[in-house]
Amino acid sequence: MGMKTLYLLVPLAPLAGAILAGFFGRILGRTGSHVVTILGVAISFALSVLIYQDVQAGNVFNGAVYTWMESGGLKLQVGFLIDPLTVTMMLVVNFVSLMVHVYTIGYMADDPGYQRFFSYISLFTFSMLMLVMSNNFVQLFFGWEAVGLVSYLLIGFWYTRPTAIYANLKAFLVNRVGDFGFLLGIGLIAAYAGSLDYAEVFAKGSELAKLNEAVTGWPLITAICICLFIGAMGKSAQFPLHVWLPDSMEGPTPISALIHAATMVTAGIFMVSRMSPLFELSDTALSFVIVIGAITTLFMALIAIVQTDIKRVVAYSTLSQLGYMTMALGASAYSVAIFHLMTHAFFKAVLFLGAGSVIIALHHEQDMRRMGGLRKYLPITYVTMFIAAIANAGLPPFAGFFSKDSIIEAVHLAQVPGAGFAYFCALAAVFVGGLYSFRLIFFTFHGKERFREPAHGAHGHGAHDDDSHGHHGPVEPHESPKVVTVPLILLSIPAIASGWLIGTILYGKWFGDAIYIAEVHKGVEKMAEEFHGVLGMMAHGVTTLPFWLAASGAATAWFLYIVRPDLPAVIKQKSGVLATILEEKYGFDRFNDWFFAGGARLIGRGLWKGGDQMLIDGVMVNGSAGAVGWISGVVRLIQTGHIYQYAFGMVFGALGLLSLMWWMGQRGLI
Amino acid sequence: MSTQLLSLAIWVPILGALPVFALGSERRGLVRWLSLAVAVAGFLVTLPLYTGFDATLASMQFVEQAPWITRFNVQYLLGVDGISMPFILLNSLITVLVVLAGWEVIEEKQAQYMGAFLIMSGLMNGIFSALDGVLFYVFFEASLIPMYIIIGAWGGPNRVYAAIKFFLYTLLGSLLMLVALIWLFLESGGSFSILDWHQLRIGLTPQILIFIAFLVSFAVKVPMWPVHTWLPDAHVEAPTGGSVVLAAIALKLGAYGFVRFSLPIVPDASHYMAPFIISLSLIAVIYIGFVALVQTDMKKLIAYSSISHMGFVTLGFFIFNQIGIEGALVQMISHGFVSAAMFLCVGVMYDRMHSRMIADYGGVVNTMPKFAALFVFFAMANSGLPATSGFVGEFMVILGAIKFNFWVGFAAATTLILGAAYTLWMVKRVVFGDVGNAHVAELKDIGGRELLVLGLLAACVLAMGVYPFPFTEVMHSSVDNLLKHVAMSKLQ
Repeated sequence: MGMKTLYLLVPLAPLAGAILAGFFGRILGRTGSHVVTILGVAISFALSVLIYQDVQAGNVFNGAVYTWMESGGLKLQVGFLIDPLTVTMMLVVNFVSLMVHVYTIGYMADDPGYQRFFSYISLFTFSMLMLVMSNNFVQLFFGWEAVGLVSYLLIGFWYTRPTAIYANLKAFLVNRVGDFGFLLGIGLIAAYAGSLDYAEVFAKGSELAKLNEAVTGWPLITAICICLFIGAMGKSAQFPLHVWLPDSMEGPTPISALIHAATMVTAGIFMVSRMSPLFELSDTALSFVIVIGAITTLFMALIAIVQTDIKRVVAYSTLSQLGYMTMALGASAYSVAIFHLMTHAFFKAVLFLGAGSVIIALHHEQDMRRMGGLRKYLPITYVTMFIAAIANAGLPPFAGFFSKDSIIEAVHLAQVPGAGFAYFCALAAVFVGGLYSFRLIFFTFHGKERFREPAHGAHGHGAHDDDSHGHHGPVEPHESPKVVTVPLILLSIPAIASGWLIGTILYGKWFGDAIYIAEVHKGVEKMAEEFHGVLGMMAHGVTTLPFWLAASGAATAWFLYIVRPDLPAVIKQKSGVLATILEEKYGFDRFNDWFFAGGARLIGRGLWKGGDQMLIDGVMVNGSAGAVGWISGVVRLIQTGHIYQYAFGMVFGALGLLSLMWWMGQRGLI
Repeated sequence: MSTQLLSLAIWVPILGALPVFALGSERRGLVRWLSLAVAVAGFLVTLPLYTGFDATLASMQFVEQAPWITRFNVQYLLGVDGISMPFILLNSLITVLVVLAGWEVIEEKQAQYMGAFLIMSGLMNGIFSALDGVLFYVFFEASLIPMYIIIGAWGGPNRVYAAIKFFLYTLLGSLLMLVALIWLFLESGGSFSILDWHQLRIGLTPQILIFIAFLVSFAVKVPMWPVHTWLPDAHVEAPTGGSVVLAAIALKLGAYGFVRFSLPIVPDASHYMAPFIISLSLIAVIYIGFVALVQTDMKKLIAYSSISHMGFVTLGFFIFNQIGIEGALVQMISHGFVSAAMFLCVGVMYDRMHSRMIADYGGVVNTMPKFAALFVFFAMANSGLPATSGFVGEFMVILGAIKFNFWVGFAAATTLILGAAYTLWMVKRVVFGDVGNAHVAELKDIGGRELLVLGLLAACVLAMGVYPFPFTEVMHSSVDNLLKHVAMSKLQ
């Protein structure tokens, strides 16, 4: 079996699982369905490991599978680019996907849509693999949209809930706004590079950098990169296209972990890293990237502090972490972004799956105000989530420390305009990150056991997120089954340890030639010079500002939620407008609903009633019909029935016609 | 034998309709099976057009020539190139599906209903294969009659208004085309051969006048903004089968006219008028996209969506590059599958609920899961999701448009947002949610026949999305040839 067959099998194995579970779910039954899908992903994962070893041995593949279409000198092929960047993504995607598949057996055990769910998550895995393995922009766009489709189907998985089907439509449309930019970027590349093959386009990069867009006059490469990045802003939920991600929490928790934390939302980060040979040519684009990333990092983290829904806290935390990755991209530290993508995939998956474990233990309660003191009931969930929270806050020695600290350092060293602002946001967000991470842990697992209290009206906002079935009686939470806890444990291991690979991944030969950095962007190079091993980095880390900011964030959370649990309410009351702004999420949802959704409907109605019905049908069509009626009315007046009048008309008509012809003949017109 | 293929494609369904009529409406079982047999035979005779097609040739293939009205040198002249051939197959396939779709639903005068569709199928094949101006015109006008009857006889409560609006609109449009045809006949020294006209040298002013004459006729058919308002009315009143043929095939006739007549015969005028046509196309994409968003009637919504998608076709033609024109042609084929499927889906629901209003539905997925899966699939194709046929044409036209002018591409690409918004918002309100009302609760999922029809279309949509290569492959030579004509000035 040649390597190409192996490459093909990697996406096709999960696809086969998805087809079997999707179309033959009833015949296969529940067990059969999860067996085939898990088998598909397991095969894909095992092959990814094999391919990883092959790539590490120095074998890079770039080739076509078949020609999708050919037109206008553009040959569009479906094909694979297997290099270190791809294979890193393949490992992360397959590993998290496999864990989530197993976890789902427990989480969805009672759900009537069991087979459908497995089919969807396998289909997602296929789509995501197509995205990361592509060697061209068309297939990238296919994967891009396909993961969007599966995300749509999964957010709306519980399709009878009004909030779920609202959220999935919103997610799809907001992503389409991003895709709009993405497609324009692809179109510009096709128009000016005459190819949509990565290698060919990258080879022409420096040529493109000299051009201006013909019609708009924009520097071409900047226009291309910003258009592509708008796509990334949609998929990776960057400000102001972030609005769909918190709502996507309407989907079942396993997909929040897989799609809306670990993999799909990182597609934008991956894409920009993949396009590093283009982005490196435009400092304007990099500056745009770093500023957007910075805004997302800080302002989304702030919202996480006031959320009470456990999943939404994690969702806003994800937004903030994606912001970090984006900042790294803007700082030309692509490898660092991918490194953080990887560590984040592990610890964020643990946070989500842990949150899911809490949610099922409390019979689908998601409001942290109705949790507390859970650590003795859910010891494994508690420990794993605690680990993940430390990692999320960026404290050593866990994974998040190494990647986050490297990002902050890279942003610090970056020279592009906006880097200073980004550095400030990054530091501020470290404190906030420590605060919300430990708030989540302390609020959920420590303190008073609030889940026995009867539900009261004060819930208001959070209540609509709950699954309907009863959590009204007193509950006795207990640890989740093994299919839930084993994935948690397995994911915690890399959440602890994957950061220790920093030497290999960032400063070794891990990415080979997959990532290009321009000579002038020396950040990562400098960091490599200063890097003296994992222990050295930790020792140095505890003497720097980010560590103390994160630690004080954690300490603040400890003080507020364990020492003085009465304080948060007081602070909230005192801070007034500020708290409201955060709780309203800066008003984006309200504004979008009013301006975009409402505005579009208004325009639509205006054009329909005013344009189509009044002007076109009313005046033009029925108007001409009316005119015909009016003229015939006039003509009817002439039809008097008197022969002499007709004769009179005929004579005059003939005379008129003759004189017209004579006149035209005089002027040589006939 | 092989040279008679186009005649077979035209006359098998038309002559096959005669025994169907003869059976009368009493023997429904026999009528259906005979109609199906005729439709399938009609489809089978078109297959050799594809298998025997030489994609390397730009010239007309399967040419048939016979004198018809010798006094005016009118000929029975048929032939297809890579542009027209796919539409004959599409048309013949859609006819089979339409017969299947009308299997049980049409209770009154089923023989006449089936016969009308078969005749129309033959006439449309005639339009796509006619190479003589008069022959084209006769087929073009004759195809109005069965459609008029289908809407007028089997349509909804307001069918007479809709049928007359449809008829007058399209008839008035094509009268100007007749004038243009006669002018070309005189100017070419007595030839009605379209291919002869391609070689004709014409001054700019007459070119523009001819262009406008064709434009009026074809724009109504496409339909282009602002002469589109007959379409939503016609769709709303037409029976499901009528809507399917209208959307899948009839709308393509106008677009086909542009590539067969306007572009190659009056290229200078086409260039001169291109900014105008491009503007109208973009208005169709954006304006109609917004209008589609607020529709409350599913059929109207899909009708508006059709107009918006056809905007891509006219846009693709008038940016004069290969990817644009091929994209437009691909879009035409794809729209044939997708719009047919969308109208069939609405038909499936209408047959059960006797309502097309979105507000009367909600949570259909609860009672019709199989149907819902297919409907969501087609909705995604309608929104241009990659790996469905809906993506390919839009993608190509957008690429071509950006190459032509960034802002044109920008405006066209808004369909990514608008198309998804109006389609998926409808899906949300119709398919998802809790069971909306007692009627939805009683719905029965689709049966084998409906599954077959929709499944076939789904297979086509998917195949064309995953592997569009064969579709564009047959077009290259002909489109190259067309572009050569367009690039060549025909000024005297």
